[in-house]
Amino acid sequence: MARNVSTGRKLITTVVAWTIGILIFFPILWTFLTSFKTEAQAIASPPVFLFFDWTTENYAEVQSRSDYLKHFMNSVIVSFGSTLLGLLIAIPSAWAMAFSPTKRTKDVLMWMLSTKMMPPVGVLVPMYLIFRNWGLLDTRTGLVIVLTLINLPIIIWMLYTYFKEIPGEILEAARMDGASLSKEIIYVLTPMAIPGIASTLLLNIILAWNEAFWTLNLSAAKAAPLTAFIASYSSPEGLFYAKLSAASTMAIAPILILGWFSQKQLVRGLTFGAVK
Amino acid sequence: MNLRTFLLGTCSAAALAGLTHAGWAQAETLTIATVNNGDMIRMQKLTDDFTSKNPDIQLEWVTLEENVLRQRVTTDIATKGGQYDIMTIGTYEVPIWAKQGWLLPLDNLGPEYDVDDLLPAIRSGLTIDGKLYAAPFYGESSMVMYRKDLFEKAGLTMPDAPTWEFVAEAARKITDKSNEIYGICLRGKAGWGENMAFLTATANAFGARWFDENWKPQFDQPEWKNALDFYVKLMNDAGPPGASSNGFNENLSLFQTGKCGMWIDATVAASFVTNPKESTVADKVGFALAPDTGLGKRGNWLWAWNLAVPAGTQKAEAAQKFIAWATGKEYLNLVAEKEGWANVPPGTRISLYENPEYQKAAPFAKMTLDSINAADPKNPAVKPVPYVGVQFVAIPEFQGLGTAVGQVFSAALAGQMSVDQALASAQQLSTREMTKAGYIK
Repeated sequence: MARNVSTGRKLITTVVAWTIGILIFFPILWTFLTSFKTEAQAIASPPVFLFFDWTTENYAEVQSRSDYLKHFMNSVIVSFGSTLLGLLIAIPSAWAMAFSPTKRTKDVLMWMLSTKMMPPVGVLVPMYLIFRNWGLLDTRTGLVIVLTLINLPIIIWMLYTYFKEIPGEILEAARMDGASLSKEIIYVLTPMAIPGIASTLLLNIILAWNEAFWTLNLSAAKAAPLTAFIASYSSPEGLFYAKLSAASTMAIAPILILGWFSQKQLVRGLTFGAVK
Repeated sequence: MNLRTFLLGTCSAAALAGLTHAGWAQAETLTIATVNNGDMIRMQKLTDDFTSKNPDIQLEWVTLEENVLRQRVTTDIATKGGQYDIMTIGTYEVPIWAKQGWLLPLDNLGPEYDVDDLLPAIRSGLTIDGKLYAAPFYGESSMVMYRKDLFEKAGLTMPDAPTWEFVAEAARKITDKSNEIYGICLRGKAGWGENMAFLTATANAFGARWFDENWKPQFDQPEWKNALDFYVKLMNDAGPPGASSNGFNENLSLFQTGKCGMWIDATVAASFVTNPKESTVADKVGFALAPDTGLGKRGNWLWAWNLAVPAGTQKAEAAQKFIAWATGKEYLNLVAEKEGWANVPPGTRISLYENPEYQKAAPFAKMTLDSINAADPKNPAVKPVPYVGVQFVAIPEFQGLGTAVGQVFSAALAGQMSVDQALASAQQLSTREMTKAGYIK
């Protein structure tokens, strides 16, 4: 039964929630607004909020200077490719750990997570040498591989948590009905874990889309995704904030829209299993 | 259409595609890593001129922010990754990389290139053992930019070559904190290329140096104390609030919005602050040489962005052809023709400064040239030093060391430690670093 909540209290929680929401969203909003200002308005003090001469010249400039579509396609291929490849590896391994745990399973999970604890720059040179020797520098294949490896621990952890929620008896029943291992995973486990898999997929696409260390360092001209596109508009000597904001808006827009559309799925997946 | 015609058509289309593909394959593609600044972006727009003259060479650009670029190209060249055929690097990297054998000497720039036309101060920093290892694309020094209107109001006249004493006095006089006008804006943000570029150059004018002839750090000497004390006091009296986090861009926006009486920074800033589209004080800016203290050295630095060919490339010949085009005399004329003389990349060639049209179009031309000529990277300080570099020390350890010292100096500016503490700390950490690196035996 729902609790009785007074109107005053509702009002307070609403205001607090909106304030926090706006605070979190503000940098993105500000970037968006700045992208329509001139460079002079972008640095104006006191800052102008809404009442300025809106201009799209920054977008025109960014369009004429760089090949947005090429960077965009690279981002799509790299982020979707690495997430799908990651799921292919992670589903069976999370299945194994969730349904046939050994006494070392927890250690294995912790060990996987430990790879995320090292600062990536620590392995930049060895990685670069491996990539050079295998001819993977500045290739989308190379970026897909490295992002898969980076996000794999997170994918496995998330899937493992979801799979743990699924009663093992159902899988057992499938096995008793004669389902093979692959059939059990594909036809029984996966459909039940769809919300979990979907939110893992979404979260990892976002993480891969925004990954800016490896994608910048292992790409040059051909495979450079949108992170490199943004980096080409930033400058420590010269104020290009309006152009940088335009480039940033263009780079985050696709993933933001994707996030909006799949918001429900994402929230559901992320809170899945939070309350037992 | 029957099957035969269809197959025939497909085959010929495929053959045609194969032919064009083979045709493309013969063209060499140069991958060029470059930094995001106005002059470089302009060059990218003008490359049609180069590709029409050299139809067998195609260009592919990788434009990155300065710090990202530095990390990116350093990783590539140190591992012989071979991702780039031409790299844009600063005067700091050139001598270090040339000594490592990472760069190819530019000995094939063609008969029309006229190496002797390059400004001697810039050229000397790029020449190692008599060989040119990088060609300057644009050069800069530092100078004083000041507000003529505020000086007039305060009854002051800025000399062409001011002393630090005058600058400090003027800064204190102009400061009007209640109206948010600060006499002087200087860099305070920690970093070897941020506050330490400014402070190292300024220290030169105060007679200080990073190391003596035996690589012993000199922060315990009175010259450094004078320099740092002067800077911290001046900034406390006449600088903007929160100066310890201000770098080039922060000061640029303060100056452009009319909050600084003076700003001492890179000469490239002149074209920004005089641009009426971006600056509210565009018509009120005057220029002067970086200040001195009468010891014979001015506190101005010297920097150039240069094009160099990494030793790992297979396309050295085409790369040199491009460099000869981009840094040659003809290119300056091309920019002038398409975008006007004021937009020509400054600071590399003597002939540009002798050109009356350029002198007319760029009011800061003479000051830029005088500033560049006043810097001597091989003898930067009053006393002798074992290193090359005006606002940096061209050794690989300097990026880390310079930033560490920059952090304690920034802390001194923020009031988190005293000047004496900062200097003692700088002395200690640089002695440790230089001993570890084997310079101090």
